Amino acid sequence: MTERLTRYGPFLLALIALVAPLLAPNDYVIGVLARICLYALLALGLNIVVGFAGLLDLGFVAFFGIGSYVYAFLASPHFGLHLPFAAVMLVIIFTAAGSGVLIGAPTLRLRGDYLAIVTLGFGEITYICLVNLDRPVNITGGPNGLLSIDPPSFLGFVIDHNIEYYYLFLLTLGLVVLLSRRLRDSRIGWAWRAIREDEIAAEAMGVNTTMAKLQAFAVGASIAGFAGGLLASWQRSVFPDNFLLQESINILAMVILGGLGSVLGAILGAVAIVSLPEIFRDFALYRLLAFGLILILVMILRPQGLLAPRSGARRSAETK
Amino acid sequence: MLELRQIVSQYGPVIALRGVDLTVRQGEITCLLGGNAAGKSTIMKTIIGLVRPTSGTVSFEGQTLNKLPTRAIVSRGIALVPEGRRIFGRMTVWENLALGAHVRRGRPQAEIDEDIERIYGLFPRLRERVTQVAGTMSGGEQQMLAMGRALMARPRLLLLDEPSMGLSPAFVDQVFDIIQAINRQGMTILLVEQNANVALSIAQRGYVLTTGRIVASGTSAELLAADEVRHAYLGEA
Repeated sequence: MTERLTRYGPFLLALIALVAPLLAPNDYVIGVLARICLYALLALGLNIVVGFAGLLDLGFVAFFGIGSYVYAFLASPHFGLHLPFAAVMLVIIFTAAGSGVLIGAPTLRLRGDYLAIVTLGFGEITYICLVNLDRPVNITGGPNGLLSIDPPSFLGFVIDHNIEYYYLFLLTLGLVVLLSRRLRDSRIGWAWRAIREDEIAAEAMGVNTTMAKLQAFAVGASIAGFAGGLLASWQRSVFPDNFLLQESINILAMVILGGLGSVLGAILGAVAIVSLPEIFRDFALYRLLAFGLILILVMILRPQGLLAPRSGARRSAETK
Repeated sequence: MLELRQIVSQYGPVIALRGVDLTVRQGEITCLLGGNAAGKSTIMKTIIGLVRPTSGTVSFEGQTLNKLPTRAIVSRGIALVPEGRRIFGRMTVWENLALGAHVRRGRPQAEIDEDIERIYGLFPRLRERVTQVAGTMSGGEQQMLAMGRALMARPRLLLLDEPSMGLSPAFVDQVFDIIQAINRQGMTILLVEQNANVALSIAQRGYVLTTGRIVASGTSAELLAADEVRHAYLGEA
């Protein structure tokens, strides 16, 4: 059962994802589907940091925010800049990766709980900066955020419907899935797993732990930053409240729910955590209660997450 | 082959090593004896570059290692089997071994597979457990895996930090037989042990370390006869 699920699951999921918006009853549902893709991107980014490399990051949403605001800076009337979409996204990838290294470097010697606290602080600092950097010079627009952001456009084709955004996000998601899998099976992926299991032993084996950890932070951050840019282009506005601690927790919940280190799991986690509150919308006040109950039930029934990651050895044993 | 000269090592204000001189000769098993907190593991970590000495030099085949990162030291031919084994518990036996070859980047997979076969030859038990998750194996099997993993780096000098720790007597014998077998195939070994009897029985030469200082050294026969050793480690009055 699990064997078949892992073999055909990705194709089935891709097929469902491709036709889902065509079957959606209304535009609101298409919007929810687009949001699922965006959060799946975030979950995949965090999965690299927490799932692959075992670095507990509680401030991950900061990179999402940095991506959003960089997009707003470079493609809105705020600074009067209207750079092409592709150029903005390229800048975002590097800015976010840079900020990933910036938060990674001072925390290299920290593990587990201690790393979690520092990254939590980084998330909060980013939020506070976004709220307060409207004085003395107005950079972030403060609590009012930044408005009238440019939509994505490719060679004159401007994206402005939810369904178009959905396919743009889905395409990005597909690419990030491939990237995640490539990274997981690469030399650096092995280094991450070794660090996750035992950092000292990994170092004694000759793993460059410093470089590997920085790479995990940088890759995770650039994926989150990219997702942030997509969010800004979709909402056409950004506000500090899009990037609260609650969001970091939600993304972490997606990764854990899906199974730490599992690429497909992170996506399923995003599907569950974004869609469940929508499904239970009719229960009004009780919807968060129902949501919480389901999370607890899943963790009791499947403590390793919905999909425990596939072991590299099994892959290699199968091919023999 | 390996020379430590006047190594001083400190953890903050605590001095772990107070000027250690030590030589490991090619092809021999050299053992390093000492009680808890004598500084044995610190010496191992200093050689492999996990701990930086405050002063002194470590040289291997004539090259100074002090300033090199661990990965460069491992690629120059030294591998460590750490204290407490430190295998990757949630990975399989095969994955642990594959990671041991991490420094040999760019080597063809066939060569790595060949080496894994060689390790299975040394430790037939590991072959039976290729796909087993390493953390679920017994202590003795984990020790074998830790040694196999270190050998995957193709070292010329193997550092073994308390391989007998926490093992049943039957397993201790088995592990030491294998250490001797590896040595006979030409591997130079530096062995840290609290179990002086067993260690001196397979080593050609030894050092005794007490609170960061070498207090006795010589051939195994000399050490077995020396008062300090008999008194402190062999339980004789």
